[in-house]
Amino acid sequence: MTQDILKVEDLKAYYQMNYFGIEREVRAVDDITMTVRKNEVYGIAGESSSGKTSFIKVLAAAIRPPFRVINGSVKYDFNGKPIDITTASEAEIEAIRWKHLSYIMQGSMSVLNPVRRIGRTFEDFAARPLGLSGRAFRERVVTHLAKLKLSPNVLNAYPHELSGGMRQRVTIGLATVCHPEFIIADEPTTALDVVVQKEVLQLIRDIQKEMGAAVIFVTHDMSVHANVADRVGIIYAGRLVEEGPTREMFFAPKHPYTAHLVASLPRIGDTSQRPALEGRPPSLADPPQGCRFHPRCPLAVDKCRREVPPLETIGKDHRTACWRWQDVKPLDHVHRANGQEAIA
Amino acid sequence: MQGYFWFVGKRALQLLAVVFFGISATFFVTHLSPIDPVEQVLGRMTARANFAPEAIVAMRQALTEMYGTNEPLLSQYINFWLRLMRGDLGPSLLAFPTPAMALVMRALPWTLGLLITSTIITFVIGNLFGGLAGYAQDNKFFKAFGIVAMGLQPIPYYIVAFILLIIFGFLWPVLPISGGFAMNVTPGWNWTFVGSVLTHSILPALSLVLVGFGGWFIGMRALVSNVVTEDYVTYAELAGVERKTIVGGYVMRNALVPQFTALAMTLGGVFSGTVITEQVFNYPGMGSLLIDAVNAGDYSLVLAVSTVSVSAVALAIFIVDLLHPLLDPRVRAE
Amino acid sequence: MLAVFRDLLRYNIEFAIGIVLVGLVVIFACLSFFSPVDPSLIYMTIPDQPPSAQYWFGTNSRGQDLFWQLSAAFRNSLMFGLTVAILSRIISIAVGLASGYIGGWVDRVLMFINDIFVAVPIFPVLVLFYFVLRNNLDSFTLALIMACFGWPFDARLIRSVALGLKHREFTRHAVFAGMSTRKVLLEEHLPYVMPIIFSTFMNNMLWSIGLEVTLAVLGFTNINNPTIGTVLYWANSHSAMVVGTWWWIVIPVILIVMTFLGLFLLAISMNEYIDPRSRLRRMGA
Repeated sequence: MTQDILKVEDLKAYYQMNYFGIEREVRAVDDITMTVRKNEVYGIAGESSSGKTSFIKVLAAAIRPPFRVINGSVKYDFNGKPIDITTASEAEIEAIRWKHLSYIMQGSMSVLNPVRRIGRTFEDFAARPLGLSGRAFRERVVTHLAKLKLSPNVLNAYPHELSGGMRQRVTIGLATVCHPEFIIADEPTTALDVVVQKEVLQLIRDIQKEMGAAVIFVTHDMSVHANVADRVGIIYAGRLVEEGPTREMFFAPKHPYTAHLVASLPRIGDTSQRPALEGRPPSLADPPQGCRFHPRCPLAVDKCRREVPPLETIGKDHRTACWRWQDVKPLDHVHRANGQEAIA
Repeated sequence: MQGYFWFVGKRALQLLAVVFFGISATFFVTHLSPIDPVEQVLGRMTARANFAPEAIVAMRQALTEMYGTNEPLLSQYINFWLRLMRGDLGPSLLAFPTPAMALVMRALPWTLGLLITSTIITFVIGNLFGGLAGYAQDNKFFKAFGIVAMGLQPIPYYIVAFILLIIFGFLWPVLPISGGFAMNVTPGWNWTFVGSVLTHSILPALSLVLVGFGGWFIGMRALVSNVVTEDYVTYAELAGVERKTIVGGYVMRNALVPQFTALAMTLGGVFSGTVITEQVFNYPGMGSLLIDAVNAGDYSLVLAVSTVSVSAVALAIFIVDLLHPLLDPRVRAE
Repeated sequence: MLAVFRDLLRYNIEFAIGIVLVGLVVIFACLSFFSPVDPSLIYMTIPDQPPSAQYWFGTNSRGQDLFWQLSAAFRNSLMFGLTVAILSRIISIAVGLASGYIGGWVDRVLMFINDIFVAVPIFPVLVLFYFVLRNNLDSFTLALIMACFGWPFDARLIRSVALGLKHREFTRHAVFAGMSTRKVLLEEHLPYVMPIIFSTFMNNMLWSIGLEVTLAVLGFTNINNPTIGTVLYWANSHSAMVVGTWWWIVIPVILIVMTFLGLFLLAISMNEYIDPRSRLRRMGA
């Protein structure tokens, strides 16, 4: 029986701003309910400014004004030690950081302090949660770095002296050295070139397998999800619109947006025109009525314009928020081969 | 390491250029002007005392020789540099026949002492408080501090020095307001003298600090509030790194890098401030010397003070620049 | 532009205070155009009168009505500051835009010169000019000299903005459309650096008026031309504090502090308006 390590319920988190007397509310996370199980990689996909970054900010307990949790709960269960991020005190959250919950941040260029040697950064980050110091600590770090194929010399280097791939491996090392049970990886491969990207993905997967951690993996790149994720959730305009096992999401998407994302994957040798979505993602400050996808949806009917579709369960582990999910077909004939290639 | 040598080389070249252009400008401003230094000096001298006509002729000849005004400009220019290399800019009129350079060298330590101490105090206070204020933006104390800093910062050095003079000279006379040390102590390495020097330097230094710290405070506060949004700070916070490590090692440490660059750039302005402060408080430094020299029409002394102060400021900037790579490892690698 | 002004006035307390302070000083300075007395004449009234209904700011030991004297002085000083600011803006815009946009050796040469100007302590240089020119050093010459030293910081600032603009899409469009460099800079880039120019304008005025005060107080300008500094010069030379004519010192100092605070508040509030990051912070608060 697999256990849930993270349970998010009815989560609403908005940016509430007041500038020059004009109040603005950006509904970045609007009613998301989901769970992550132990030992799985959960992929989160969505366009930029879809709210996925805001969502994981909440998961990582990085909620700062003007960003606020309006409603709902985010419950972690670390070996029988339950904690709700939305209600926990600062001290309780500090106590789980890095020891249980760690984070791989987007953009390896800027996440390391440019004026500190890597070794010092490791001390800052990991000495306290590991409860080690001096030689014991250093040995632990060096052993861990070896798993990431990094020589102990990097500890004496400054970030700017390392290549992009090395820096990303260092940040993965930082995030995993304390063997946390839950890792949030935010676009860890985006800024890397393809070869390094593959290497880094492999690394994250290996480390995750070895430690048995749960990983939330965020990227807009569906082919990366095909490679690493066990389950994928699609976020559109602040809402979870579809969630299911990776294979099903690629072969039988049940939301027109997912279908579109999957169909737009490039495929070797294929030069046919890809159907582009019309319009832009909606503004989260002023989202459309009804289903937020309807202005761009090829299947939209009147009901979609009026009523918000609930996220209903339509199969094992498969949920979708679409009034017409039964009519959603894979978008084009290349799709099947496409999915297979990405999965393979 | 090689990068560092390149860096030093580039800065040294800049130092030489600044000194060269600064001193050349000093020369040309004084020599291209329609006023003949010889006549001016003579005019000033004869205005103060009665000289026999023969003495004036002899003096004119001596002065013409000294300033070389009958030679072409280029050879005057070369001569000027040669004399400067020997550190000989002729005797001062103000304290005839003491060489002008000797007067400058006597005044230099006072100014350097005042400048260095007040700059360090200003830089430390301004950046420390500014940094904390930028990090704890809702803190009432720092907000009040910021208002005071902002209020003082734009006021000219002269006005602040003057207000201090009024307060401590007339309203609440607890501190000495004039001179470098008390009249009745003899200079030497003893407590009375050092104590006297210190108490006499409080007001001049205070006026420099009061005007100066606001700029650092405001700059650092702005820098810090930008640095706190940097990914590496957010990341350290997400990792639960200790608060004081984040403030010191991540936020302030990074914000300090551009402030240090700015330090070099403000030294020229601070020197100008020192000149004024010295004048207000009768401090026996370069500023007072320059002003006395101008009032006395002392050509050699004005030239000596100008060239030495241009070179000293340039040298100070050079030294600050050399320290910069220690603070920023990225410069070392360049 | 007007809407921005109104918003700033309503929501930015620093800006509002700054406007009020500067406004008061400017109105006061403008009164000098209707002055019943010639401010350069002395012994026109009874000397050393404290402030009263007849002489609002009192009279000084030189027999001048301080109200009209100061009004003229502030007009002259503000005009002086404006002149320096305008002249030095022209240099800094030209150098900054050219350096940032053309780049290469032009940039390197200009920035090298820039660094030299930054490193030269200006005060001794100004004193040197006074020493040489003496009373030929009128306000305009002094403004000209100061303008020659007042540009390098701002030129660097403008250069950094121009560097950013250079790689923007619209610049490339303009270049492909065959616009000349001069045209690109003046028509495409200048509007973007205008806000910086406004805020540095205030800062520059502060700097130049402050220097003028300092020089004048030491007697290193034409002391017969009433300015903020020369008023203080005469007060000092008549030992105003010692003989008890305190209003001769206190009133000008209050007015100076008002001017400087006002200009400074305008500069920083505009700065904040320009910098989108600090605006975001404000939105968060």
